[in-house]
Amino acid sequence: MSALLEIEDLQVSFGGRTAAVRGASLRVEKGETHCLVGESGCGKSVTALAIMGLLARGGHCSAKRLSFAGADLLSLSDREMSRIRGNRMSMIFQEPMTSLNPAFTVGSQMAEVLRRHRGASRTAALDRAVELMGRVGITAPEMRLGQFPHQLSGGLRQRVMIAMALMCDPELLVADEPTTALDVTVQAQILRLLATLQRELGLAILLITHDLGIVARVADRVTVMYAGEVVEAASTAELFRSPQHPYTRGLLSCVPAPGRVRRDRPLGSIPGTVPAISPGFTGCAFRSRCAHADATCAGKIPRRQASAAHDYLCRLAPAEFAESQPA
Amino acid sequence: MSAAIEVVNLRREFRSRTGLLTSDKRVMAVDGVTFSIPAGGVLGIVGESGCGKSTLARMILGLLPPTAGTVLVDGKQLFDLDRKARARLIQPVFQDPFASLNPRRRVADIVALPLLAQETFAADEIERRVAQILERVGLSAEIGRRFPSQLSGGQRQRAAIARALVLEPRIVICDEPTSALDVSVQAQILNLLADLRRDLGLTYLFISHNLAVVEHVASEVAVMYLGRIVERNETDALFRGPRHPYTKALLESVLTPEPGLGVPDVGLGDAMPDPANIPPGCRFHPRCRIAVERCRSDPPLPMVREPEGMVECHLA
Repeated sequence: MSALLEIEDLQVSFGGRTAAVRGASLRVEKGETHCLVGESGCGKSVTALAIMGLLARGGHCSAKRLSFAGADLLSLSDREMSRIRGNRMSMIFQEPMTSLNPAFTVGSQMAEVLRRHRGASRTAALDRAVELMGRVGITAPEMRLGQFPHQLSGGLRQRVMIAMALMCDPELLVADEPTTALDVTVQAQILRLLATLQRELGLAILLITHDLGIVARVADRVTVMYAGEVVEAASTAELFRSPQHPYTRGLLSCVPAPGRVRRDRPLGSIPGTVPAISPGFTGCAFRSRCAHADATCAGKIPRRQASAAHDYLCRLAPAEFAESQPA
Repeated sequence: MSAAIEVVNLRREFRSRTGLLTSDKRVMAVDGVTFSIPAGGVLGIVGESGCGKSTLARMILGLLPPTAGTVLVDGKQLFDLDRKARARLIQPVFQDPFASLNPRRRVADIVALPLLAQETFAADEIERRVAQILERVGLSAEIGRRFPSQLSGGQRQRAAIARALVLEPRIVICDEPTSALDVSVQAQILNLLADLRRDLGLTYLFISHNLAVVEHVASEVAVMYLGRIVERNETDALFRGPRHPYTKALLESVLTPEPGLGVPDVGLGDAMPDPANIPPGCRFHPRCRIAVERCRSDPPLPMVREPEGMVECHLA
C-alpha cells in the first residue's frame, strides 16, 4: 500500500558545498501524525521545504522517490507544484508574524487562498474564512477579518495561520515548529486544536519539532534526524520505550522530566556540537560525540532493524550496546 | 540565613501616548513585587510572556529605574550605588548570545570589558583573570582569540557567562539563559551554571518560561501573573502541591516526554492577559476555572504560610 507522502533517499545540497540532507527516507500515512525530530542544523526544516518545493535558490534536491498521493513531486513543473501547494498540502511555520503579510488584513490573506486555488468568489471565500476561524477557536471571527496581523496576539496569529492552511481541505499539513514561539499554555491549546482537526478532517500532519515532550504527546510515528541523516525511526511508544541510536538516547537523557528531577545530579548532556558535513563525508556523523564510537564508525554504517517497524543507523546491534562500555 | 538580595514592593509603570486628546495608556508591567533570595540560593521566576519577568530583571540590573520600591543587596540600597559598584555585585546572562556579544570584538576582549570599565585593574591582572574565567567556563585560550560569529551557540553562551563572572559578582540574573539553545547544549549550560554556583557561592535569579528547567535549577520558585507574584514556594513543594489555579494550569501545560498521555486541556480559555488592561478583583479571574463572585471584585491579598510559601488567591 502506498503512503500519502513517500520520501526515499532524499538529498539536498546548497551550492554543492553543504550537504543539508543526506539520503533521508520517510513515509507519512494518511491521517497520521508523524514527527520529525532533531536539533538545529540536522536538516529537518530543509526536508520540509524540499517536500513543499520551496527550497531557496541554490538549493539542489534529488531523491529516488518523492511522491505525494501517488504524484511524483520532482517531475512537476513550478506551475503544477503551485497548484498542489496551499491546496492539497500546506505548511505552517514557527513565527506567524513573519509568514503573514503585515500590509494586508487577515481576511484578505485568508480569502486569497481559496480564490486562487478554487476560483471562489470574494464573499464565498470570506464565509469560508469565518467558518474556519470559528473552527480553530478564534472568537469574534467577523471582527478579525478586518484586522491586521500586528493587532493579534501570538497565539491568535498561529490560529490564523492554521485556519489559512486549512482553507482548501488539504490532505497533508506540514508544521515546522508551530508552537516554539508560544507560551506553554497556548502551546497546549494549539496542539489540542491540531489533534482535533486531524481527527475530524482525516488530515495527515508532518510535525517538525525539537521538543521531545511534544513528540511523546502527539506523534504516531517518529523520525529522528542528525546531521542530514535519518538515524532512527519507530512508533512513538517504541522509540520512548527502547531508543536504540546513541543520539536518540542522549537526547532523551537531556530532557529534565518534571516530577522526576534530581537536583543533586547533573542533567544528561551530549558533549560537543553537530559537526559540519562536507560532501564526501563517510561514516557515522555522530561518532565525534558518541561514547560507543570506535574505528569502524568511520566506515559504512548499516541500517539495523530493532523490530519490524523500528530501524536505526548504527554499527551496534541492539544487544551489543551493553557490551560496548561507554568510554 | 542572610539574604543576598531583597526586593521590596517593586513597581514599574509604562505610559504610552495614544493620541492628542485621549489620556495616556498606563501599563503596570511590575505591580508590587516582593521577595528575597538567601545567599547561595536560586529563585526561579516563571510566567507567560508579558507577565513582567524581564522588566523585573532589568530593574534589578539597574537598566530601568523603578516607579517605586527598593532593592537591597547585602543590605545596601542598590539604586544608591554607582554603575561600577553595581556591576561588581550583580551581572546578567541574557537569552540570546547572538545578540548580547559584540560581533566586532574577540571573545577575550568581550570578557575583559567589565574589568576595563572598573578602571582599577592593571593590564596583567586583567589578562590573568580573563584567562582564568575562560578556562573555568570551558573555553580554550584559542577560542578566546575568535570572534563571536566563529562560535557555536553553546560556546557563545559560555562566553556570556564568563563575562558575567569575571568581576566575581555575588548575584547573577539569568534571563532565559538556555531558551535559544538546542536541548543537548542546554543541558551542558545548565550543568555549568550549577557547578559555578556551588564552587563560587553565587546567588541566581533564574527567569524562564520552561518549567522543567526551573524545577531542575531552582531552590525556590515564584510564579508571576500580570506583574505580580501570585505564588511562591520551595521548588519541590510548588511542583508537588501547587495552590494557585494559575500555577496548576501552568504545570498541567508542560508536556513531559511520556507517550500516550495526549495533550491536556488546561481550561484557560482564550482571554489572553493584557498588562494594559488589568481586570479588577483577582487579575487572573477571567481565565480561572474556579472563580467565584468575590474574585471579580476583591483583589486577593498575599497569604503567607510558612513554611508553605505565599499564595494570592481567595480560594487557595
